[in-house]
Amino acid sequence: MSVFKCRGGISGEMPSNKSVSDAPITQFVSCRILKDHRLQWEDLWVREGKILNPEKLFFDEEGFADHKVDCGNKIIAPGFIDVQINGGYGIDFSQASGDIRRGVAQVAKKILEHGVTSFCPTLVTSPPDIYHKVIPELRVQDGGPEGAGILGIHLEGPFISEQKRGAHPPKFLRTFKAGGVADLMETYGHLDNVALVTLAPELANSAAAIRELSGRGIVVSLGHSMADLSQAEEAVQNGAIFITHLFNAMLPFHHRDPGIVGLLTSDRIPPGRMVYYGMIADGIHTHPAALRIAHRAHPAGLVLVTDAVTAMGLPPGQHSLGQQQIDIQGLHAYVAGTTTLSGSIATMDMCVRHFREVSGCTVEAALEAASLHPAQLLGVSNRKGTLEFGTDADFIVLDDTLTVRETYIAGQQVWRK
Amino acid sequence: MRLVILDDYDLASEWAAKYIRNRIVQFKPTADRYFTLGLPTGSTPLGCYRKLIEYHKNGDLSFKYVKTFNMDEYVGLPRDHPESYHSYMWNNFFKHIDIEPQNTHILDGNASDLQAECAAFEQQITAAGGIELFVGGIGPDGHIAFNEPGSSLVSRTRVKTLAKDTIVANARFFGNDLSKVPTMTLTVGVGTVMDAREVMILITGAHKAFALYKAIEEGVNHMWTVSAFQQHPRTIFVCDEDATLELRVKTVKYFKARMH
Repeated sequence: MSVFKCRGGISGEMPSNKSVSDAPITQFVSCRILKDHRLQWEDLWVREGKILNPEKLFFDEEGFADHKVDCGNKIIAPGFIDVQINGGYGIDFSQASGDIRRGVAQVAKKILEHGVTSFCPTLVTSPPDIYHKVIPELRVQDGGPEGAGILGIHLEGPFISEQKRGAHPPKFLRTFKAGGVADLMETYGHLDNVALVTLAPELANSAAAIRELSGRGIVVSLGHSMADLSQAEEAVQNGAIFITHLFNAMLPFHHRDPGIVGLLTSDRIPPGRMVYYGMIADGIHTHPAALRIAHRAHPAGLVLVTDAVTAMGLPPGQHSLGQQQIDIQGLHAYVAGTTTLSGSIATMDMCVRHFREVSGCTVEAALEAASLHPAQLLGVSNRKGTLEFGTDADFIVLDDTLTVRETYIAGQQVWRK
Repeated sequence: MRLVILDDYDLASEWAAKYIRNRIVQFKPTADRYFTLGLPTGSTPLGCYRKLIEYHKNGDLSFKYVKTFNMDEYVGLPRDHPESYHSYMWNNFFKHIDIEPQNTHILDGNASDLQAECAAFEQQITAAGGIELFVGGIGPDGHIAFNEPGSSLVSRTRVKTLAKDTIVANARFFGNDLSKVPTMTLTVGVGTVMDAREVMILITGAHKAFALYKAIEEGVNHMWTVSAFQQHPRTIFVCDEDATLELRVKTVKYFKARMH
């Protein structure tokens, strides 16, 4: 990739380029950008960390680019957003040992290599003292050269079903005593900086909790649950809009009671609302045929997540997750001593490639499932997850095999292969 | 006049683009002596713009010392509306070439004083030394720019109300909703274009054939404003076969012979 400064002193007087801002303007050329759901041969313009409208620049400011970057005909897509990641590279977000912020920062930096520019550090079911200690340390923050940005915390548990707890430790599961704020605050301590909460709606008094969380702008997700479809629909009516790792840790689809999976085609979703669903497309958690069924039933709601665990990025062996031990064998991560899956060790870019390959979807759809859809889920698509003018310039450069070659946050290159 | 007839739209577009390229290159423009180019919008010149972009990307044509003046712009349409002529010029031409923003001139249909805007445009043309080559198209009703039938043949840049025909023809760009089509424009006058040192009119397609016939085989008439160019010393009409369908065989044969 070559960088060259354009309009350099060829003929004396250069007109001023400084009508609205002094900040330098970078123009990415020879690239295909993901815009309006299509890959288009367009240049990408960036100024002061945001995507710039070049037409306005031309006519209103009579401005031009200070630097041009040749992208060698590669693809530019919005940076990936991972709303479910439990740790990686030996770091476990749910462990309160050591320097919590430094641990999160280490993972935040490494995931830039996977094209992830924003994420939601996820805490699995833990005792209250862990939540009280860890949650205040995980603040919403912008990304940059130090690592991907944090959009908020994902609290997966402890208000989940015992039978569908998966890898979550049973002794820390909880139920709602009265529902509502008291239970939530007693368990979590703080709800600032929380972006998502996964819970099982069939638990008594869950409705009040769902309404309380949704009312605060926190995404309520249904997961680790034995709920049937009508319980799930009621939860959606109370404000739930996400399903945690579809198919996993819930009742299987049954043709007379579709369960939570039935939300994908439910006709009882409030108008104007959409239910999104997380999908771990690592080739292990979900059979490709099931992935295809979900995708075809409700393509707009598919959100790729990694659900990556501590061992992601590490060699095979035993590692800790939450309050339990897990065992890595190849691309599989099990609860030690069992055959229960314990999260995945796939990276987000692997998930995007795998999703595209097994679903046969377009490149654009695969990229949007990891960028636009999570941004829409979190209600931040006005600044993240797209390449629209005025949004944050968090983007990635990929080749045609959808391998990430470069990662940019706020218009600055923060990683290259 | 010169009447240049090519077999089809693509060949006509290419001929016109090569002509513009050669004129600019032979002019050898510099910072002290810009080449001033008048430009049209619409579907007819798209092929020509594509070829010009190609010549630029091949390194055969630079717009660094070219000043452009567009013919018209809608009144009241936001500048970044996808159907504004600013958007047209940006997407179809300016963003692909090396022209400097301050060397482009398009009438501002949102100016607070439209008359003053028109007068200023005329002054900008004069200040630039007049137009070296004005490229234009022709409407099915024979209009040049938005000089609708009945426009004075010595008119200058001004506000014009669009004819019903034109509004209906434009509806396809506004979701076929007549209420959304602008009804007024700012346009260069017939006289403004006549002042250019050379004029090139692009006319392609059978639906323009009757207008071409009226423009060059009948008299000078303000109902077919392109006919004014019969009185310009240096005009070229570039067309495809279909656009000649209403002309006399004799006319077509005469001009085709001159091309060989």
